[in-house]
Amino acid sequence: MSIYPNNMFSTKQTCWFIRKVICWRAVASIAWAVLLLPPITAVFVILSRFNLLHPIHTITECFSLLTSASAIFSFILLGGVILMVGFLNLEYYTVIPAIACSKIALLGQLLHPRQFVNSLVHCIMGLIVAWCCAVFIGGSYETLSYPCMQSDGSSQMCLNEYHLVLMLAGAFVGFSHSLLGVIHNMNYVSFHTVQQYKYLRFKGSLPLVVKCSATQALYSIRNFIALYFFLGYIPRAWICKTLNLHLNSSIHTLDSIAGLLDLSLLYQLWMSATFLLFTWYITLLLFRIFVTEVCSFPVQSSFNEDVHQCLPKVLTGKQPMILKFLALQDLALLSQRSPSRRCEVFSLSQPGGHPHNWNAISRECLSLLADLTQRLVAYHDTVATNGRAKSLSTGSERKTSSETSVISGTEDMMSPRPTMLMKTPASVFSRSIIGGAQSPLTVPFTPDLDSPFASPALRRLTAPAEQCSPWYGTVQSPHIMRRAPKLWSTSTDSQANSSLPPSPASVPSPKQEASKPSLLAQFLQNRKEQVKNFLAKRVLIMYLFNKLPEASSQALFADSQAHIWALEGLSYLVQASFSEDQFGVVQTTLPSILSCMLVLQEAVDRHFKLPHASSKPVRSTSSMGDSTYKTLRFALRATLKTAIYRITTTFGDHLNAVQMSAEHRKRLQQFLEYKE
Amino acid sequence: MCSLALFPPPLPSGHTTLCESNNELLSGTNTEDQTKQESSPLSLYFPRESLKLHSRTESSSKAAFLDHSETLWMRSAAAWRDGGFSGLLTEITNSHTEVPKWLSMSSGCTLALLRWVSSFHGSLFPHLTLRSEDMIAEFSQVLNWSDCVVRAFAWHPHTDKFAVALLDDSIKIYNPKSATTPTLKHRLQRSVAAVQWKPLCASALAVACQNCLLVWHVDPCSLSTRPSSGCAQVLSHPGHSPVTSIAWSPSGSLLVSASPMDTAVMVWDVAAESCVPLQRVGGGGVTFLSWSPDGSHILASTPSTLFRVWETRMWTCERWPCVKGRCQSGCWSPDGSRLLFTVQGETVIYALTFTDTPGISASTSAGPQAAAVVADLSETTFNTPDGDIIVGGEIQCLAWDPRGERLAVLLKGDPHTADRPAIIAVFKTRTNPIFELLPCGFVQGEPGAEPRLMQFHPNFQHGALLTLCWSTGRITHVPFYFVSAGVPHFGLSGSPLLPCPQERPSALANQSLFTEFIS
Repeated sequence: MSIYPNNMFSTKQTCWFIRKVICWRAVASIAWAVLLLPPITAVFVILSRFNLLHPIHTITECFSLLTSASAIFSFILLGGVILMVGFLNLEYYTVIPAIACSKIALLGQLLHPRQFVNSLVHCIMGLIVAWCCAVFIGGSYETLSYPCMQSDGSSQMCLNEYHLVLMLAGAFVGFSHSLLGVIHNMNYVSFHTVQQYKYLRFKGSLPLVVKCSATQALYSIRNFIALYFFLGYIPRAWICKTLNLHLNSSIHTLDSIAGLLDLSLLYQLWMSATFLLFTWYITLLLFRIFVTEVCSFPVQSSFNEDVHQCLPKVLTGKQPMILKFLALQDLALLSQRSPSRRCEVFSLSQPGGHPHNWNAISRECLSLLADLTQRLVAYHDTVATNGRAKSLSTGSERKTSSETSVISGTEDMMSPRPTMLMKTPASVFSRSIIGGAQSPLTVPFTPDLDSPFASPALRRLTAPAEQCSPWYGTVQSPHIMRRAPKLWSTSTDSQANSSLPPSPASVPSPKQEASKPSLLAQFLQNRKEQVKNFLAKRVLIMYLFNKLPEASSQALFADSQAHIWALEGLSYLVQASFSEDQFGVVQTTLPSILSCMLVLQEAVDRHFKLPHASSKPVRSTSSMGDSTYKTLRFALRATLKTAIYRITTTFGDHLNAVQMSAEHRKRLQQFLEYKE
Repeated sequence: MCSLALFPPPLPSGHTTLCESNNELLSGTNTEDQTKQESSPLSLYFPRESLKLHSRTESSSKAAFLDHSETLWMRSAAAWRDGGFSGLLTEITNSHTEVPKWLSMSSGCTLALLRWVSSFHGSLFPHLTLRSEDMIAEFSQVLNWSDCVVRAFAWHPHTDKFAVALLDDSIKIYNPKSATTPTLKHRLQRSVAAVQWKPLCASALAVACQNCLLVWHVDPCSLSTRPSSGCAQVLSHPGHSPVTSIAWSPSGSLLVSASPMDTAVMVWDVAAESCVPLQRVGGGGVTFLSWSPDGSHILASTPSTLFRVWETRMWTCERWPCVKGRCQSGCWSPDGSRLLFTVQGETVIYALTFTDTPGISASTSAGPQAAAVVADLSETTFNTPDGDIIVGGEIQCLAWDPRGERLAVLLKGDPHTADRPAIIAVFKTRTNPIFELLPCGFVQGEPGAEPRLMQFHPNFQHGALLTLCWSTGRITHVPFYFVSAGVPHFGLSGSPLLPCPQERPSALANQSLFTEFIS
């Protein structure tokens, strides 16, 4: 994740890039975030102290507050927090997201010591921001203690619970921000296909940031209030004890319903959380915008000491990843737009006449693509052999476990499905829950178990096992899966129909079972609790250890942005070589480029036939986490096809003169005829 | 400057234009034409009667079926879902017997205030008050869109197949090499305003619909005649409907879409289903988009007297205010250096020249200072044996063939008077070394048929092929056979480019042609 431990004593090249480019970009982004702090704070102060009856009075009051000494001290604190957030962004950012393939892996990420430090720092920073917010809000929030009169008339210091709640809320929001950052991969930095100037990008994303921070603040505050309602007495008692403060018995404590229904308190909490998240998100946004800015590398240099900064050298380097990504992006852009730089790529070295530039660039791109091909083939092999064998064994084990309870277990695995065709309301309902890809935990607790058709209902417990096996998705096309939650009744039909070969013989069986005497049902009733407990335990384990659908596919393509650029760069260069390559340097590598792309195309096609690979992830717009990585495989597939078509349309029938295997030629012919 | 007076007179009634050969437009009588039409596999005929139309819209059927005994909460929720905030307010105001008086009063007041504000907003941008279908008809490139049998047409950029969007909201794909004609239907595919194939791809077809964008993936090898709606990607963004124009980047990587209701141009990454809005103040919406063939610029016209030209490196734009009306249509020369456009309310064609010096960064690419008038299409009377015919007037759309040698202009005409039909005027053009426009002739169809939509074939071997969709539901193709000046002369069927002096020497001798000299 971090770039620092690796590059501290690394090569010269890494040092210059981090030192000269990335650090400066990070510093510039932090500086902008700090500069934006005063106007954001002013808006926050006006919003939190606004009084509808005296608008002008409020505004003058706000300005006098903002110029006071305590406000300036708070500004300095907030600036420090922004610096820290910016530093953490720089420390934790990554261009290749870490994708957790199961719940347990995600849990592992959350409990990682490094993440623990991150959470702790965020917690403290949240506390500091909340203290600053308390200063800005003023009024009853400003101090932790105040003098109060006890019932016996004596005066003493009492705990100001409003202040305490605000501080705790700040810490909670900071903590949950750090946790959500891991879950949503907020440290992932994606590169945009549309290059815009930094200011315009910032302006364009600003509404999204406002929306995200407001909604996220709302959710966090809701969670915090629930937590405080149940556990609020612990920190309150602790603070009272350590600071020797008393509770004012004349007013409500805030962990009661009446206390928490204070609208003003809720509003201030929400505003403070929004302010906190907004400043942090702005820092993150600026960091992303600055760090992904296009960086132009020279193709060749006439000075020896600059050679390590040239594109061919930079491309082949391994660390840091951001350098490689920026170099590939630059390659893709230069191949599209800059004839003069393309000319340098196609040029020959002065003594010797070797196309070193082109060789280095094409070799690196081809090795990237070959690497991806290998990964895909290896994954496919694992799924096809080990995965299938394993899932078969678990499937049969599950089957036996349920068949011991169901005596009439002579039917095959598919037989519970036809019962769905009867469409009793309960069974349809529970089926739709399963079809909607809910967590398997819900299944044993559906009301369906109490339906009169007990045996089919119980056998339906095998459904989660089937669902979690990789077979589950193969039998139904992804759009049915996607549609399932919406059109539950029709999708039930289509699922049942599509997953079943028409077997008229098995359809009447449920009716016979239903008319049987209830001896079976009574036996089942006894076993029910036992099976339920057993499965619940199993299901919890399965829930943790089961692979998340799609996640392995996402993980395979996590760094595919590099492959996309490599494909674009290669294909545009090949296209340009048709008219610009004077020495024919590209012609020598054209066969290997074509065969590499065709092999990759085959592997990608095969991968998309796997279950879950072609199902689109649900789009969440109200999150700052960049979900670009979830759709990278689709982008790669589209770019790959376009790249091959770009070469075939440019060269046309000339490609028949290129040497390649018969299989590849057949495949290429498909492209030449526009039949892919 | 080229004007319509230099054109040969329109054909007598009963004659239809067949093709251009030997630098002359050849015509035939109706019967000949019919036989020729039948023989060509790509000529299609969609009789209006054969299409099953939607008899009513969803909103009108709602009144017939809605159960009014639902509770107030249910009705409010339904109103919120269907009509948003104003729908909710209307529902509360209407059910004043069930809600407290203050609530119905206040919602009534809010509603009145909202209406006042929106009418004020609408007076600034009058198109915002239109219904979405009327809006598509208003801003579409198709003449009289709401009455068209063929609502949109798109040739595939690389092969001989094309997609046709029909009045019944279905899209058919015709390929002369395959026997199947897939029909695309989708729940959301309503009021199709434009279709376009993705370049450098065999299967992807983008469709601009009333509420969203659809991208169909039609496998060219599939034998299915009804691809399921799972083959379509739905791209939608709140506030971005109806979509009236779409354009793929020539490299096939991005798709831009425009809606008159939305001031932002959406740049879609289709594979990732994500979009970047390019927001600019002013104009009140975007109606028409055209991506230059070299991919460097995009024309984006707005409903007000303003259009923009975006450059695609850093996505900045130039503003071009017009004097009279909005920019109605535009087209780019094949090298992307010249933009021709027309303005509503004017009868001339303007040209803008973009000189993009290679190697220098985008910000320094100097744009033109002012648009030049290159052709005047004001009304001209021709004396024909059938009586006087007035040709000319406002321009509906422009189409430039991919080699930059023929320019087709669809003139609106006047539907209420018989002697001013909508007609297509074709110019010969040359872009190198200097930009020239020469008259070629009028393209006419069978009597009673009005041209509605036209498009050039993207890679016709022997010159240019203009595909026309007529008001009768017929689709015909008019080939222009010529040898391109820029391409070496391999062709057998090409005719010499220069006019033969013995044919019409007097007509050409005293024409004052538009020529632009390089300064």
